[in-house]
Amino acid sequence: MTALTPIRTKAETALLAQFEELRAELPKAGAGNASRKAAMAAFAATGLPHRRIEAYHYTDLRSLLREPAPLAPSAAGKAGRSVEAGRFLGDLGAHEIILVNGQLMDGQDLASQLPKRVSIAKVTDTAPAILDANDPVVALNTALSRETVTVKIGKGVKLDRPLHISFVQDAGAPQAVYAHLKVVVGEGASVTLLETHEGPNGIATQSNTGVEIVAGDNASIEHVRVNAEGDKAFVLSSLGLSLGRETSALSLNLTLGAAISRHQIFARMLGEEAKLRLNGVAMLDGDRHADVTLVVDHAVPGGESRELFKTAVDQRANGVFQGKIIVRPHAQKTDGKMMSAALLLSEDASMNNKPELEIFADDVQCGHGATCGALDENLLFYLMARGIARRDAQALLIRSFLGEAIEELSNEALREALGELIDGWLMRRA
Amino acid sequence: MLEIRNLHADIDGKPILKGVTLSVKPGEVAAIMGPNGSGKSTLSYVIAGKEEYEVTKGEVLLEGESLLEMEPDERAAKGLFLAFQYPLEIPGVATMTFLKAALNAQRKKRGEDEIAPADFIRSVNRAADKLGISREMLRRALNVGFSGGEKKRMEILQMALLEPRMCVLDETDSGLDIDALRIVAEGVNSLRAQNRAFLVITHYQRLLSHIVPDTVHVMADGRIVKSGGPELATELEARGYADFAAQPAA
Ligand SMILES: Nc1ncnc2c1ncn2[C@@H]1O[C@H](COP(=O)(O)OP(=O)(O)OP(=O)(O)O)[C@@H](O)[C@H]1O
Ligand SMILES: [Mg+2]
Repeated sequence: MTALTPIRTKAETALLAQFEELRAELPKAGAGNASRKAAMAAFAATGLPHRRIEAYHYTDLRSLLREPAPLAPSAAGKAGRSVEAGRFLGDLGAHEIILVNGQLMDGQDLASQLPKRVSIAKVTDTAPAILDANDPVVALNTALSRETVTVKIGKGVKLDRPLHISFVQDAGAPQAVYAHLKVVVGEGASVTLLETHEGPNGIATQSNTGVEIVAGDNASIEHVRVNAEGDKAFVLSSLGLSLGRETSALSLNLTLGAAISRHQIFARMLGEEAKLRLNGVAMLDGDRHADVTLVVDHAVPGGESRELFKTAVDQRANGVFQGKIIVRPHAQKTDGKMMSAALLLSEDASMNNKPELEIFADDVQCGHGATCGALDENLLFYLMARGIARRDAQALLIRSFLGEAIEELSNEALREALGELIDGWLMRRA
Repeated sequence: MLEIRNLHADIDGKPILKGVTLSVKPGEVAAIMGPNGSGKSTLSYVIAGKEEYEVTKGEVLLEGESLLEMEPDERAAKGLFLAFQYPLEIPGVATMTFLKAALNAQRKKRGEDEIAPADFIRSVNRAADKLGISREMLRRALNVGFSGGEKKRMEILQMALLEPRMCVLDETDSGLDIDALRIVAEGVNSLRAQNRAFLVITHYQRLLSHIVPDTVHVMADGRIVKSGGPELATELEARGYADFAAQPAA
């Protein structure tokens, strides 16, 4: 029997070669090496996902990722630079941790930054804790990340300031950055996690970030991810969330930057009576393409999940929302509702909305909805009849449309900062 | 103040206004009455500049200036105000944010400074108190969850705040209980002034006993078919519109 040799695209061949180069640099022994090898083998078996793979239907990586940029060189040993990381949100009084090109930045005074019983470490094993190791984007993340940054928040720790993890692309030329962050939130702990992603405009950077949040029983989490990458960036990201018993989590994704982005979320409701809210705001213009694909997996009874995704699409941009709620046979009394709403602000703007339910239990309450349309002319007329110019009337309506998805954030400064990002986008639009 | 000459307007190619001619002088309160579907709201929308209506003939002048080429917001800045028959709910837009945006937009277009925040709040509160609008209502999203009568009062609050010179009120009395009707009428009466005019669309004499008009016009099938003094409203109340139903084209 001869082994089947799959035909590889140029990009897949290049990724395999990059892996070999990276391996030459990193230690050959240890768990890290084994995880990377297994991940690259998993990737090699599937290759880049294409439109016939359902989850990648609207973001066909085989055709979009023609040329993987060279891996960013190791940042280890470089002294702390004065990056203005995360400053675009203003001063939130947060504890700050900076990752440059996927690696924990050296020279940060983490000891003074971090509150008691919050620890941070980098480990060489990049294997995912909860993300699906067979997903090709996750597999690449495992294979090509140099390290995993882990943050542990102790049992019962209540942080009153947000923990801000700032991912910075430090690039002067096209490069690819792989980053992996794992946050373990202890039982009964309460935390606001902010994750920001920034990079330079005008440079075709690529990034693949995996973030995993493992929440213990009775934990309470607010998590905000802000994609403020450069205007030429190609951004792939995966978020894994697992919720323990009676845990409540709100996770909000805000897309502002990048030429092409695909954000996938895998949320697992592992403990009974957990409550999850996944919200999203996307502001798209130019020729940008932004995809959010998510799966909420109810594995145990009594879980509640709510998804609210708001997308404003202007000019020739394209938005994608794919959401799936899975209710496993034992997950009775699950209450799941998913909503994706899009505003099309120009003739050439487009949106693909695909919410779905996969229900295997009989005593559940689940529903989904999707809307897509232009601004209501009657509302615009009402505002204009009061003297408000068309563009400003549009801005008021768009602001209120998008704002609904950030309303529930309890951290006021953060909520206001996100509101200002929306206002900023609207102002640039006007 | 307002001069409407031989105004024709279509919607989706269907003629609705078929030659409206009407003039309202500064200081005047003119009432329009007429059967359902005769085109009263259409007239108010065309004056305010709603896009879906196509004006095929005629003109509308506000203090000698032609309105028809202007966007609705420019007309508002020139001093035109329409109190809607059905005020819209705007979820997510706070009432105060909206009021301030409207007031400042008009001031800006007229080359005036923005209102000082303290002055703004004082004027809103003063107007709200007069109209029996609670602070709690002001904190809600615009018109969201307001009762029909509350929405109408909110329209009058906007009118009081924006101080327009030409006010068009489309069935502001419908949906109001007896007390609210009196409050709203007082609100309107207190705005009556030498340099301000009103065009009050209504079905009922009841409103006109509170806001006593100078002139009354009857609209039927897209035209003004009869004009007179306040006594005309009383006559209509007694006899209905039967006399005008079969009126031939003027
Ligand atoms: N958007 C529209 N599309 C189609 N027809 C319309 C539209 N708006 C108004 N019309 C028609 O125009 C005519 C006049 O309507 P309008 O609302 O102006 O009447 P009105 O005099 O205000 O009636 P009412 O007393 O019931 O408020 C009606 O026959 C109505 O059906
Ligand atoms: Mg009407």
